[in-house]
Amino acid sequence: MVAAGSAVADDVLLKRPAADLLGARPLPPGLHPPSSLGDPRMPEVEPQEVERPGRSEQEIVFSLANLGVTYGKSLALTGVTMDIYKHQITAIIGPSGCGKSTLIRCLNRMNDLIPGAAVTGSAFYHGEDLYGPRVDPVVVRRHIGMVFQRPNPFPKSIYDNVAFGPRINGFKGDLDELVERCLRQAALWDEVKNSLRKSALALSGGQQQRLCIARAIAVEPDVILMDEPASALDPISTTKIEDLMQELKEHYSIVIVTHNMQQAARMSDKTAFLYTEVDQGTSERWGILVEYDATGVMFTKPCDKRTEDYISGRFG
Amino acid sequence: MNGIDAAIPVAGESTLNRWTDERVASGRRWRNRLMAGFMGAALAVSVSVVGLILLYVVKAGLGAMSWEFLTQPPPYSYRLEGGGFVNGLIGTAIMLVFATVVSAPMGVMAAVYLAEYGGKGTLAKLIRFFSDVMTGVPSVFVGLFVYTALVTSFGFGASMGAIALTIIMLPIIIRSSEEMLRLVPRDLKDASHALGASKSQTIVRVVLPSAAPGISTGVMLAVARAAGETAPLILTILGAQAIVTKLWDEAIAALPLQIFDGARNPFAAGVERAWAGALELVVIVLAFTLLARLLASRSRI
Repeated sequence: MVAAGSAVADDVLLKRPAADLLGARPLPPGLHPPSSLGDPRMPEVEPQEVERPGRSEQEIVFSLANLGVTYGKSLALTGVTMDIYKHQITAIIGPSGCGKSTLIRCLNRMNDLIPGAAVTGSAFYHGEDLYGPRVDPVVVRRHIGMVFQRPNPFPKSIYDNVAFGPRINGFKGDLDELVERCLRQAALWDEVKNSLRKSALALSGGQQQRLCIARAIAVEPDVILMDEPASALDPISTTKIEDLMQELKEHYSIVIVTHNMQQAARMSDKTAFLYTEVDQGTSERWGILVEYDATGVMFTKPCDKRTEDYISGRFG
Repeated sequence: MNGIDAAIPVAGESTLNRWTDERVASGRRWRNRLMAGFMGAALAVSVSVVGLILLYVVKAGLGAMSWEFLTQPPPYSYRLEGGGFVNGLIGTAIMLVFATVVSAPMGVMAAVYLAEYGGKGTLAKLIRFFSDVMTGVPSVFVGLFVYTALVTSFGFGASMGAIALTIIMLPIIIRSSEEMLRLVPRDLKDASHALGASKSQTIVRVVLPSAAPGISTGVMLAVARAAGETAPLILTILGAQAIVTKLWDEAIAALPLQIFDGARNPFAAGVERAWAGALELVVIVLAFTLLARLLASRSRI
């Protein structure tokens, strides 16, 4: 936890103007080569030009210790302790209602928006307490982007959707260029380059979801959280999103919640299995973290009986 | 041919006997027809009332309707023919503009507070309760209130009428805007927050634009309601025969007030003008209502 803070200044999440904050933030060496074209804050697109010395050292992005969430008086999730690594895809799997979404929403403080939600335990981001007293959740969300289960583009044009984040963050550079780059990164540019001014709602579900990913990376986040990003999409769109995530992990750390175990097995580096515990007396249910390991290990030699039963389909 | 079609026998009458019990079916059919008949009759009665009013207003109003009516103030006496209600039109326009300019932003801001900040708090509950009470208050009370509170000190005038109309419009705008703001999907707000937008940025850039068509509809309906109000104007602007453009301390005319005055005088020429004024007012209210419907149909949420 202490070592994790070394790459990024400890005060990245403090309440300061966004532009200043983004500019002042010392970026990890691999993410932005100094010779980067145009805006120096932008990640380089071509993967072959990117060196990632930090990757093999497995730098920690999130460090969760005994994390729990309560909604009002009911416990939703408890006792989650795990480290999430840089430039990896971390999958969170588990049955419905086991707190997967609750967990991922802790990581960018989206749970703050739900009345009555309270977080216990600790969550550190690059060594800094996400729930510390001086941390502004709005600034947290500028660093940690999110893509939701249902595609949720704004009822604006495709261009304005992607430009939304940069605009509210006071982006001063070439907006057209930024929008094009983000749409290219999200593998959507060729399909929409002639209709940027058309409403985003006219796109198909799969295109809308890729637009939401383009919109999320337009604010140049460090981490992208994905809450079942492909569950509302058909298999072809799902494949596109999965391919896209493999490319995105070159530049971003990705945490994905999924119902689909094959998806987790195919694309993630690490997998966490959450499961529901039931109090026999009150029949209250809450989620716990059962097992967390490299995906290969999880799907071949799981340590816990419950993990084995769940991934092999022998459930309950 | 698919499986379901194949399972049904082809013969005509025997099919019916096989799948339905004739007695039950005919009883239900008759009840169905009876109820449909009742509903049709209820619809016909309510629509025909509106239709008859419109028809009669148009028929009676067209007699005195002319370019002169739309552009001239009334003659000195109710006995005289000619002239029109342009002074009332001007008065109504002045008051509607002022009342809308004040009540629309105030109402929308109150609605934003109720929908986004107040929640279930005591203050929000209080505002909602009083808005509901205010929508139900007879408009003559509003006139009486403005009369005793302001007119007795500052005199009759367009500003007094505008204040009364503002009080009438405000609760309508607050409640309809709040409903529209609540319709904005949570998904959109989440998307905005997840991009690092603050609450105020989310409201200004996502929530309000998404709800804008619905909010405009509510404002238009409030304007239409205020345009036809008569009782509060009797006590706040008094009415005038000449064209008045002063906003302060001078009695001014308004369309509904002129209709009221024209209709209760015994002279044919005055009554004729009242009918034409009614037609003019109906067209104005209808225009605002249609505009409201048009804006509502463009709503994207």
